[in-house]
Amino acid sequence: MTTAVSFQNVSRHFGAVRAVDDVTLDIAPGEFFAMLGPSGSGKTTCLRLIAGFEQPSSGHIEIFGTTAEGLPPYRRNVNTVFQDYALFPHMSILDNVAYGLMVKGVARAAREAKALDALDLVELKGFEGRRPSQLSGGQRQRVALARALVNEPKVLLLDEPLGALDLKLREQMQVELKTLQRNLGITFVFVTHDQGEALSMADRVAIFNNGKIVQVGAPQEIYERPRTRFVADFVGSSNVLPPDFAGKTGAPARWMSLRPEKITIAVGGTPAKAHSVAAKVTSVHYQGAVTRVNTDAGGQAIAVAAPSSFGLIAIGDEVTLSWPADALHAMEDEA
Amino acid sequence: MRSDRGQTAPRALSLAAIAGLLFLHVPLLLIFLYAFTTEEKSYQFPPPGLTLKWFGAVWERQDIWNALWLSVKVATIATAVALVLGTCAAAAVSRARFFGRDYISLLFILPIALPGIITGIALRSAFNIMNFDFSFWTIVLGHATFCIVVVYNNALARFRRTSGSLIEASMDLGADGFQTFRYVVLPNIASALLAGGMLSFALSFDEVIVTTFTAGQQATLPIWMLTELIRPRQRPVTNVVAIFVIAVTFIPILFAYYLTRDGEHVAGGGK
Repeated sequence: MTTAVSFQNVSRHFGAVRAVDDVTLDIAPGEFFAMLGPSGSGKTTCLRLIAGFEQPSSGHIEIFGTTAEGLPPYRRNVNTVFQDYALFPHMSILDNVAYGLMVKGVARAAREAKALDALDLVELKGFEGRRPSQLSGGQRQRVALARALVNEPKVLLLDEPLGALDLKLREQMQVELKTLQRNLGITFVFVTHDQGEALSMADRVAIFNNGKIVQVGAPQEIYERPRTRFVADFVGSSNVLPPDFAGKTGAPARWMSLRPEKITIAVGGTPAKAHSVAAKVTSVHYQGAVTRVNTDAGGQAIAVAAPSSFGLIAIGDEVTLSWPADALHAMEDEA
Repeated sequence: MRSDRGQTAPRALSLAAIAGLLFLHVPLLLIFLYAFTTEEKSYQFPPPGLTLKWFGAVWERQDIWNALWLSVKVATIATAVALVLGTCAAAAVSRARFFGRDYISLLFILPIALPGIITGIALRSAFNIMNFDFSFWTIVLGHATFCIVVVYNNALARFRRTSGSLIEASMDLGADGFQTFRYVVLPNIASALLAGGMLSFALSFDEVIVTTFTAGQQATLPIWMLTELIRPRQRPVTNVVAIFVIAVTFIPILFAYYLTRDGEHVAGGGK
């Protein structure tokens, strides 16, 4: 089976900086693939390598079986939705969407019909005569999407496309993007630093750190079984327990990830022999459905996400934390 | 945004401003007035009588037409050269990162900061060393040195306001370099180039100092005026020509000002 995008030992260096460092990666056709990582982790450079704005310093890139190195962006069947949308300010919305077809020499009537269809797809019919400056952020985002999709790309690249939208709009666009991707069957490669976004939308997620991929897998896998301490901390801010602490609670003496929501908190009480510790509440953050309780268990900070119906916990309370044995996940000792 | 407080300026300040404006503009009005005087040898006030005959006299003087035609040709070609080179330079400096970029940017702007006499002497000795004959083309070269600056500055400001991702978006959508320039870059910088071009035309049209050093036997319109002042024959003719020069240089500058102001307005309107 051919892969949609394949990276083989790809590196991209800017001077001494290794923006992308020996990345090997396969993205399947029709997949919704998220690249997740903090800023400067190399995820955007990876996207730009696929788009053709950057060329690899070493390694090999294939897009649907075609070698991509040396191909300029305009010779790749790949389109990008830019972070700032990059709509052409001097053109109408219709001309913006029809641009890709125009430069390929499609006749005016045909390209405008297709552009109108694309605008219909993103629910922006009736806006074709306006200028980008007359649209809201969410609408511009949809125009950018329509402008890319009208070219029927094999791979659609999205560079933090929801970053500039407010929370409500962002959640709505997440659902719409996912539906669109499922209906069109196009491979989506989505770059984000928002772990919630990546987990909720993607079929698979790649976690980037310092130019390398730390872990690739389905969202559940990434969340439940983080491979390293970095992943555990970055995705869903897990409690990372050092080997000696894990050993004291009856677990193997290894680096352990313990998700805050898997911990049961009880006021007072004495801890059981295994998988339980006594702790003192250091701060309480009410967050609606859950309340985040930060505790101190003999020098080890442990965060607990308790259902808010649990009751009142005050700073300074002595509590007992306990968790099922399978809530602990052993990780490699790597930052 | 104007300051809210102090709707009226202090009276002393207003008077000073009015005095300053009068000082600047009354001589201009005198130029206009003496274009219509009947006295041709000296400027006496008030003029003994008013006439339109000097406009006819200008029409019949072949030396004025020659000077005008030379000035128009020089300004047009110097502007064309400046448009091409200035735009390329601005594109390179704003887009690419390379060693010494800031110094190169400074070197481009330097000719407008240098006194014209320095530029003139430098060019003259350079042409001498290279055994160039002074001709129409040496004037064009001399003018191009400062015309490029004007175009460069205008284009650079616009390039900096234009998002770099527009060019990437165009390439991404399948446009090659030429198409990207034609459909995305040029429309975005067109008004800046027009403004820069008009300013540079106006600068070239009334330039005297650099021209005196780089011209051979030819006289551009400002040079013709300078020589004309020395011999008092048909003096008001010079005034008529002066009115014409004011019109030719002032209108493009005014237009250029409106163009760039409009560009800023559009760019800001997107946010």
